[in-house]
Amino acid sequence: MIDNAIMATDWLPVIFIGLMGLAVLAYAVLDGYDLGVGILLPMSKQDERQRDTMIASIGPFWDANETWLVLAIGLLLIAFPSAHSLVLMNLYIPTAIMLVGLIMRGVAFDFRAKAAVAHKLAWDRTFKAGSLLTSLTQGYMLGQYVMGFDAGWEAQLFSGLSAIGVTAAYSYIGAAWLIMKTEGSLQSRAIRWTRRAGRAAFIGVVAVSAVNPLVNPGVFDRWFTFPLVMFVLLIPMLCFFAFAANEVLLRRLPKVDDRHCWIPFVNVLLVFILCFTGLAFSFYPDIVPGKLTIWQAASAPESLRFILVGAIIVVPVILAYTAFSYRVFHGKATELHYH
Amino acid sequence: MLDTLVLSRMQFAANISFHILFPTITIALGWILFFFKLRYDQTSNPVWMRAYRFWVKVFALTFALGVVSGITMSFQFGTNWPGFMEKVGNIAGPLLGYEVLTAFFLEATFLGIMLFGIKRVPSRVHTFSALMVAIGTTLSAFWILALNSWMQTPTGYEIRDGVVHATDWMEVIFNPSFPYRLTHMLLASGLTAAFFVAGLSAYRILRGDKKQAPRLALKTGLVLAAILIPVQIFVGDLHGLNTFEHQPQKIAAMEGIWETEKGAPLLLFAVPDEKARTNHLEIALPKMASLILTHELDGEIKGLNEFENNHPPVKPLFFGFRIMVGVGMLMLLVAWTGCYQLYRHGELPDWLLKITVAMTFSGWVATLAGWYVTEVGRQPWLVTGVLKTAEAVTPVASANVGFSLVLYLVVYTILLWAYIHTLKVMALKSVEVEEFETAEPAADGSLTNLPQSHSAPQSAHGGNP
Ligand code: HDD
Ligand code: HEM
Ligand code: HEM
Repeated sequence: MIDNAIMATDWLPVIFIGLMGLAVLAYAVLDGYDLGVGILLPMSKQDERQRDTMIASIGPFWDANETWLVLAIGLLLIAFPSAHSLVLMNLYIPTAIMLVGLIMRGVAFDFRAKAAVAHKLAWDRTFKAGSLLTSLTQGYMLGQYVMGFDAGWEAQLFSGLSAIGVTAAYSYIGAAWLIMKTEGSLQSRAIRWTRRAGRAAFIGVVAVSAVNPLVNPGVFDRWFTFPLVMFVLLIPMLCFFAFAANEVLLRRLPKVDDRHCWIPFVNVLLVFILCFTGLAFSFYPDIVPGKLTIWQAASAPESLRFILVGAIIVVPVILAYTAFSYRVFHGKATELHYH
Repeated sequence: MLDTLVLSRMQFAANISFHILFPTITIALGWILFFFKLRYDQTSNPVWMRAYRFWVKVFALTFALGVVSGITMSFQFGTNWPGFMEKVGNIAGPLLGYEVLTAFFLEATFLGIMLFGIKRVPSRVHTFSALMVAIGTTLSAFWILALNSWMQTPTGYEIRDGVVHATDWMEVIFNPSFPYRLTHMLLASGLTAAFFVAGLSAYRILRGDKKQAPRLALKTGLVLAAILIPVQIFVGDLHGLNTFEHQPQKIAAMEGIWETEKGAPLLLFAVPDEKARTNHLEIALPKMASLILTHELDGEIKGLNEFENNHPPVKPLFFGFRIMVGVGMLMLLVAWTGCYQLYRHGELPDWLLKITVAMTFSGWVATLAGWYVTEVGRQPWLVTGVLKTAEAVTPVASANVGFSLVLYLVVYTILLWAYIHTLKVMALKSVEVEEFETAEPAADGSLTNLPQSHSAPQSAHGGNP
């Protein structure tokens, strides 16, 4: 009985950090592409139709995508309450700004469709600005998190870099999404966007990966210890290949019959997964780098067990109807219509 | 300079007050939409479809506001009330977690199909999506109210090392005030949506809309309100009795009873005076409070004197309660008069239409008043008997909280204005626009829902015919 309880306090936090990691990754990919689409929105007058199509391509999904953020923050709260308050208190102001960005983005989406003609452009601007604000603050928060909430100028510089990197990465996945979901001149534009955003994201990833082990000695040791180094260096290498493959492929797109239009997105997805794995590898089992491990922060086992039962039953159902929804809306985005 | 505690309380109150405006509409409007769509499936009468198609747009807008303000809410606990999470996170976490798992994903995913998928899935599947959305919003209310009720009347827990641990989840969820609070809140949502639908439809009719759909919606709203309001008054009374049992100091403040009293009067009006601990300008019905709360003319009601320094502020509760009950009485009057007129004449006279328009947002007033009574009435406790509000607050600097508070207030003011303005624009547009009158959804509509769609000639861009 006692053994059992000790076991539970050992492995439950590991399961929950895994779940939380999945939720964060799902959020970064899913809301990443719709924030990216928002950031890329072209604003001149003759672009209105393309804006409509772009927004239509994310219309049925953005709300569910955002829910992954709620789940991630919820899991942090459920499983690691003290980390939850530590992180959020330290990121108080950026959180507030990010929330305002999310609010702007979320409501603009609906208001633009219903507002009188005169206001539509204003809501489109709000949409773009909200997406940009959200990405920048999320990147900044990631940087601060990695730097252990340091307020010094180096940390600020790093967080600024991270803000730009994340914004580039979201644009990258957003543009790749558009290649898959659109056709004609908008698709050609999306191909150009993907190439540019891809290069920016590449520089961002390289910069962040270079700075991170330099400023966090623990991270350096972890990555560059023989013999593990042989194995883990696979991550950056694969990541590099994904970037390079995209670079080559994008030159050849669009192909006849729109073949391979989905491959850039898969490549970017791979980049996201690898970068995320790299970050996770740098810090696990710390939930707040250098401050708190998952076992120190974990909440009571009876609470974790109670929610785990539910998660095991419900998460497959969520995945099933999410898949159903993507199937319903598969294919090229056509203009949306509220029914 | 206000301190972090006061600012955090103001911010929490502002955020949740803004948030609840939208759920309280969407919870019941989801069911109303399901009803419209189901009736259409059953009767193939296009008028049901038209009503559905107007209201689903309103729903989408309201839902979006609910979602974004809700996301703000879910960060609040961590940013402003870390003490709350550290002390009762073992209870609050899983309840909020179940809300995300069972409700948020369900409603968000099926909302996509409900809003944009009508041409892509069979009608039955579409109706099923509408049902899932309605179930999702209701489940969401279930979980969040379980948590809130537990904070009011905690059971099923023990405190170990200063931290609350659950001992029995059934007792945690089905705590003593939960059934009453859930029922009362769902009915409140039904009433809010009913008057909202009736009011906006009456507005369309007054503006010269000759179509059937607004008349149908008006009728639906009024009949629903007429059915729900007596039930709400009955449930409200039960809710009060339950509170009398578990939080007597709250009832004493609501009723303005300073000294324990047998045969206490029911105060219709008074001005409570917290310093002198008495009321001025009382208008009272003798012995009625005792009769309502104890079902005996001479029943004893505990006064605030028994809870010195441990009871909530009196004025907000006293007036908040009277505002809620007052609006409830008005609702009864308007809904029944309206139904009577519909029954006798098949339509409403202009004066009654105008009153119905004036009642459009009456549900908001009563709901907010009710929540203020409930929440202020819990003070100084955050979780009754377990955690005081002041112990839970964040150590973040007050300037930061001030900054975020101002930021939210500015955003909320703009959004509330835009929301109401847009509702008006939508109602007015629907009066003129033929688009809403087609039996079948146009195959080539545009996201903008303006009469000119993109498949129409390019020259149609701009301007509303
Ligand atoms: C009685 C109803 C009720 C109450 C008291 C609350 N909510 Fe709420 N909430 C809903 C009813 C609701 C809803 C009906 O489910 C929403 C509103 C928008 C929508 O229509 O869904 C919603 C949306 C919503 C969302 C977005 C969900 C999504 O992504 O789809 C979050 C994160 C929250 N809420 C969080 C909260 C928190 C932390 C609350 C309290 C402190 C809270 N809500 C009070
Ligand atoms: C939806 C309608 C709600 C409204 C209008 C509302 C309103 C309020 C108000 C006015 C306060 C401040 C009371 C005071 O400080 O004197 C408050 C406090 C609080 N409420 Fe609610 N509330 C609602 C629902 C909820 C729910 C569902 C929860 C949690 C599950 C919740 C949790 C809290 C917490 C943690 C506080 C403490 C912060 C504080 O005292 O300001 N509330 N609420
Ligand atoms: C007319 C008779 C009514 C009575 C006797 C009544 C009674 C009550 C009582 C006693 C409470 C406080 C419970 C507590 O804090 O423990 C309450 C709260 C509340 N009331 Fe009412 N009420 C009435 C009408 C209404 C109406 C018409 C609405 C809205 C349309 C409404 C919405 C609410 C809400 C949202 C709350 C806060 C949540 C809750 O505690 O359930 N009430 N009501």
